[in-house]
Amino acid sequence: MTKVVVLLDFWLSPFGMRVRVALAEKGVEYEYREEDLGNKSQLLLQMNPVHKKIPVLIHNGKPICESLVIVQYIDETWKNKAPLLPSDPYQRAEARFWGDYIDKQIYSCGRRLWTTKGEEQEAAKKELIECFKVLEEHLGDRTYFGGDNLGFVDVALIPFYSWFYAFETCGNFKMEEWCPKIVSWAKTCMQRESVSKSLVDPLKVCHDFVLPRRKTLGLD
Amino acid sequence: MAKGEVKLLGSWPSPYVMRARIALNLKSVEYEFLEEKLGVKSELLLKSNPVHKKIPVLLHHSKPICESLVIVQYIDEVWSSGPAILPSDPYDRAVARFWASYVDEKFFPALRALPMAQGKEAMEAAMHPVKEGLALLEDAYANHSKGGPFFGGGQISYLDVAFGCFLGVIRVSEKVTGVALINEHTTPGLAGWAEEFCAHPAVEDVMPDTDKLTEFINRIIKMKSQSPN
Repeated sequence: MTKVVVLLDFWLSPFGMRVRVALAEKGVEYEYREEDLGNKSQLLLQMNPVHKKIPVLIHNGKPICESLVIVQYIDETWKNKAPLLPSDPYQRAEARFWGDYIDKQIYSCGRRLWTTKGEEQEAAKKELIECFKVLEEHLGDRTYFGGDNLGFVDVALIPFYSWFYAFETCGNFKMEEWCPKIVSWAKTCMQRESVSKSLVDPLKVCHDFVLPRRKTLGLD
Repeated sequence: MAKGEVKLLGSWPSPYVMRARIALNLKSVEYEFLEEKLGVKSELLLKSNPVHKKIPVLLHHSKPICESLVIVQYIDEVWSSGPAILPSDPYDRAVARFWASYVDEKFFPALRALPMAQGKEAMEAAMHPVKEGLALLEDAYANHSKGGPFFGGGQISYLDVAFGCFLGVIRVSEKVTGVALINEHTTPGLAGWAEEFCAHPAVEDVMPDTDKLTEFINRIIKMKSQSPN
């Protein structure tokens, strides 16, 4: 391990992408290591023995796990550039609340959408759209959830943009029709290099992973 | 500070509400406790937490803060002159947050299922993840408490509050199952910690009495078995 900062990750993980965006915003150089989730490395098992999951940030040999814990760690350690959490305690509480909301709702609804079919899938789709509408309302007229700059909530949510096409294909709908503000917010975020270089091609997520996986699961 | 400035919507049995109360006590903040009735959500709750409609909700100058661990961090940051709840070092903070997240996502769901398990086999199956979780937390205590008695070392801190709030439910489970989940043999560190935590002045008045909590949990189980949803 030669670099001071190492990230154990998996290319299409929205949780991993959060960390990539945060590190890029702060201009932190790091070594990216792709994990084979079917054959996890000794390093991953050693650094995250509790969950054995990515992402894991290793800083000076010490592991930090759980994506939003990692993002806050990055924000607090590299504090002289691009603050992700605001300085006002009430606004910080709001940001943490919405980060928690995204964690609890978006991933699980999205997962149910692409791993099921029929009624169950339809229900998941409705729930996912509902969650995005709630977020849309919270965004309001702001450019970013963080106001004028990319913030904690933006970092927590934007990786799911890589999954929109997969959700749309599986659920047979268009995000633009239901949550136009979220789509335009995402496109604004994508104009930042920290985001565009950290997120993966939505077509690859859909065609190289989700659709083949659905076939294997006997869903299509 | 006038009492009216800080209100907490909650209920006495809730471990999540307890987190907020312990944090307020640690900072010596006077607050008005608004007890929610079981099965009926107040207008104020629905207005203050429209997203989740759940307690606890902290109201500070009438502005709502929701989600117990968000509330604890808010209290820590606003009343910064009181004893620190989160450690100051970013790595130590990350470790505390990691374990608090583990407690919420893995440990408590397993613990909550335990008093509900009917029959010997179901109970043994339900016991397994709880014991596993306690073993991990015992390790975490050994690795991070720097001699203790708390997870935070000499002072109560974030992880103590995040995990300690579940001691009430742990004790009820021990009573119902007849198994000492936290004990001197398998979890000596946690055994000592639990006593110190419950005796702490910020905790002792808000930790529910085990018999009262057992009766309450039994009532909930009965309610749930009578109505299918």
